[in-house]
Amino acid sequence: MLNYLVRRVLIMIPTLLVTSAIIFTVMSATPTNYFDNLVQDMQAQGEKVDTARIDFMKKEYGFDKPPVERYFWWVGGLLHGDFGYSFEYQLPVRQVVGDRMWLTILLSFSTIVFTWLVAFPIGIYSATHQYSWSDYGLTTLGLLGLAIPHFLLALIFLYFSNQWFGLSIGGLMDPKYFDAPMSWDKFTSILSHLWIPVIIIGTAGTGSMIRAVRANLLEELHKQYVVTARSKGLSPMRVLFKYPFRMSLNFFVSDIGSILPSVISGGELVAIVLSLQTTGPLLIRALQSQDIYLAGSFLMMLSTLTVIGVLVSDLALAFLDPRIRMQGGATR
Amino acid sequence: MQGGAAEVVKGVSFRVPAGKTVALVGESGSGKTVISQTVMGLLPKNGIVLGGRIMFTDPKGPGAPVDLARLRRDGPEIRALRGGRMGMIFQEPMSSLSPVHTIGNQIREALVLHRKVSTEEMRDEVRHMLKLVGFKDPNRAYKMYPFELSGGLRQRAMLAMALICRPALLIADEPTTALDVTIQAQVLNLMRDLQAELGMAILLITHDLGVVANMADEVVVVYHGEITEAGTASDLFRRPQHPYLKALLKALPSFDMKAGERLVALRDSGADLHALVPLRKSKPAAQDAPLLSIRNLRKSFTIKGGGLFKGRRDSVVAVDDVSFDIRRGECLGLVGESGCGKTSLSKLMMRAMAPDRGSITFNDGGRDIDVLALKGEALRAFRPRLQMIFQDPVSSLSPRMTVMNIIREPLEIHGVGGAREQMDRVGDLMAAVGLDRRFLNRYPHSFSGGQRQRISIARTLAMNPDLIICDEPVSALDVSVQAQVLNLLKDLKRELGLTYLFISHNLAVVDYIADRIAVLAHGRIVEIAPREKLFSKPVHTYTKALMRAVPYPDLDRPLDLRLIAGGSASDPASWAPEFRDEGDPASLAPIDLGEGHFVLARPSVGRRELLAS
Repeated sequence: MLNYLVRRVLIMIPTLLVTSAIIFTVMSATPTNYFDNLVQDMQAQGEKVDTARIDFMKKEYGFDKPPVERYFWWVGGLLHGDFGYSFEYQLPVRQVVGDRMWLTILLSFSTIVFTWLVAFPIGIYSATHQYSWSDYGLTTLGLLGLAIPHFLLALIFLYFSNQWFGLSIGGLMDPKYFDAPMSWDKFTSILSHLWIPVIIIGTAGTGSMIRAVRANLLEELHKQYVVTARSKGLSPMRVLFKYPFRMSLNFFVSDIGSILPSVISGGELVAIVLSLQTTGPLLIRALQSQDIYLAGSFLMMLSTLTVIGVLVSDLALAFLDPRIRMQGGATR
Repeated sequence: MQGGAAEVVKGVSFRVPAGKTVALVGESGSGKTVISQTVMGLLPKNGIVLGGRIMFTDPKGPGAPVDLARLRRDGPEIRALRGGRMGMIFQEPMSSLSPVHTIGNQIREALVLHRKVSTEEMRDEVRHMLKLVGFKDPNRAYKMYPFELSGGLRQRAMLAMALICRPALLIADEPTTALDVTIQAQVLNLMRDLQAELGMAILLITHDLGVVANMADEVVVVYHGEITEAGTASDLFRRPQHPYLKALLKALPSFDMKAGERLVALRDSGADLHALVPLRKSKPAAQDAPLLSIRNLRKSFTIKGGGLFKGRRDSVVAVDDVSFDIRRGECLGLVGESGCGKTSLSKLMMRAMAPDRGSITFNDGGRDIDVLALKGEALRAFRPRLQMIFQDPVSSLSPRMTVMNIIREPLEIHGVGGAREQMDRVGDLMAAVGLDRRFLNRYPHSFSGGQRQRISIARTLAMNPDLIICDEPVSALDVSVQAQVLNLLKDLKRELGLTYLFISHNLAVVDYIADRIAVLAHGRIVEIAPREKLFSKPVHTYTKALMRAVPYPDLDRPLDLRLIAGGSASDPASWAPEFRDEGDPASLAPIDLGEGHFVLARPSVGRRELLAS
């Protein structure tokens, strides 16, 4: 077990190295860079360009050096927690991301939990009542959730909450708390704002999750071991949860790895519409202005999350399914 | 089925006396499984009981019969009986058990549900039951998962599960169909012992008349949802009345058949071969030269053992130093239990896998072809010579292709003739396997299992092959259809001068079709002999055990269960000392017993002793 864990963690290192190289290459491959953009913007606005200052900045950030050298400088920084410097904000990336990271993680987790809480009961109900009117109704609802774009839903929510309740639901907390240290008031404020983005971002996920639960469970429900369980005299509920449900869980556990990044990136448009203080809008802005250290470090965090997610799901899968635990990797 | 109800079981009445075995016999689709499901209240949701009663009298209960048909679906009354007073075992031992729960956990469940017992008592009871069904180490078995057990052991675990509450009635739905003959004999024996010990009634559902003859006190024959005949086993086997049962008994290959005697199929296929015969080349002069020679073929697989978290590697030898010849125009039968290397061998011959060493030589009318050395275009040109018929007629035909496209595909791949010519050829092939040309535009799902297997044969014939490997071609078919397909294969061989390698675990089938028979165990050929020789004078312990384990559909020849009751027959430790290799495979060699009869034994043992044993 330990051996396996160590091996898996060791494999993560080359994976992340390759990822970082790809990210850096793509970011550096653009014909322009942040400083060119800056000069152009200033010229367009009729400002006087301070060439000496720009040159100084370029030198400061190593833009006079070849890309390979810059890459190693960046990766070396990442290794001891230095994520680089954001040109746009004139701050270390760490400080720019800071609070937003935690809020994003909070939002993402709440969304995943919301999705599961809603999707599992509905999916199980749909599967066990296949082709009934309630199944059709719930499936249609799920499809609607899947089909409506996030940002549109966000706009609708914004409009109606303003119309009916006179509320502004934007943001993840009352603006006055944003830079304030954590307090009870700040916490409750976050909670009272959180549920709307959770619902909006979670809707599409819930829709597809309902379909997945239903399909996976339906497949298991028709297997022979379900009949065996019934022939022992178990109640339908016990049968359902002990056997087919347990088997259908495999799919979701193996899916954890891909859920993490998709929820984080899925929230970006909504975050912009609702002006949430999450990392999504930050990433988009950084990519637009070619703020390469901010964007690059950010993408690296996402990849790390994905790799860890995959590891967690593999371990959970081995824990759940004795077949994987005891005979996995059998080769011909 | 959507849109309309179909009456599957019509006015069926029979009784299962306490402590007796009643066999329900019929081909697939006759409704026998539906009857069993109805008794247990396990019908699928779209199944409805329209009328009738199922009275269940529990010998240990209050006495008044309960009408099972009236109990609410999955209601508490039926649930109390299910698993408690009525147990059920199913055909597929792998899919019938949950793969992610331990054996102990799954057996225990019924006990916890139906009896108030302490945890300790419960464990003891489960261990006792595991011991009763023949697990050598119940403590270890308790913690094992189904995938760690062989098919026979899984079926035993299944039996333990059904019997843990000592039910009054056991319903066994094709309990041994998926098992090898020797294991089947053991499981049947076990069921009889347990029946005597627990005094329960058994409702045995099967299509195998050999099993029926050995197990049943009474027999009920079902055909298209109706009972055609019912009575005691001796009445039915000695004096069958209904034409259906008579036909069924005649369609069954048995060892008593005279050479050249033909099975009587329930429905004849009406094959028309005249269009194909001219296509065959005139047979070359060298009749005696073997068509295919296999020498010292060996294949091993590497298996990462010990689970995911340990890096240990094991090597399993699937085919071990196998040598044999197939003569032109003969049918060589290959017999062995699951896992003995039959399929690996056929894959090696088809060049679907590469052997570790050994040679395969194909005699092309005077010219020898080294099959294993063929590459590129030469291999492509050779492929049509060697074709294969598969076991499962459902999954071996693409459901998205019409029959025309399925049979025509090999012709297209090898660019045989123009479109017009190919289509005519496909028509001829359909006629050759006894199917109507008008069906060519249909898809496989509109054909029955036997018809699909005939389509599969037509596809094989499209390439006009010399040698056909038949991998268990009739084991998925009903008895009645089996006879038809076997007769077709025989006719094709005679008319077209084909050569077969016929792989099967059913000795009676091999006996009917093969000229010579090879017995394979643990990847080695332990005995090879002409058909009548092998059946009249088997020498190897394993061959003898295989023959003893075949249930005859004849009341006067019951299985000698005492002889089978010992350990597994395929375990070399149970073989006579002259056949054991004691860890050194090289210590055994094929010994010539004369007239083409070879047996794998120690060379120090003389011919005389072997023949006398």
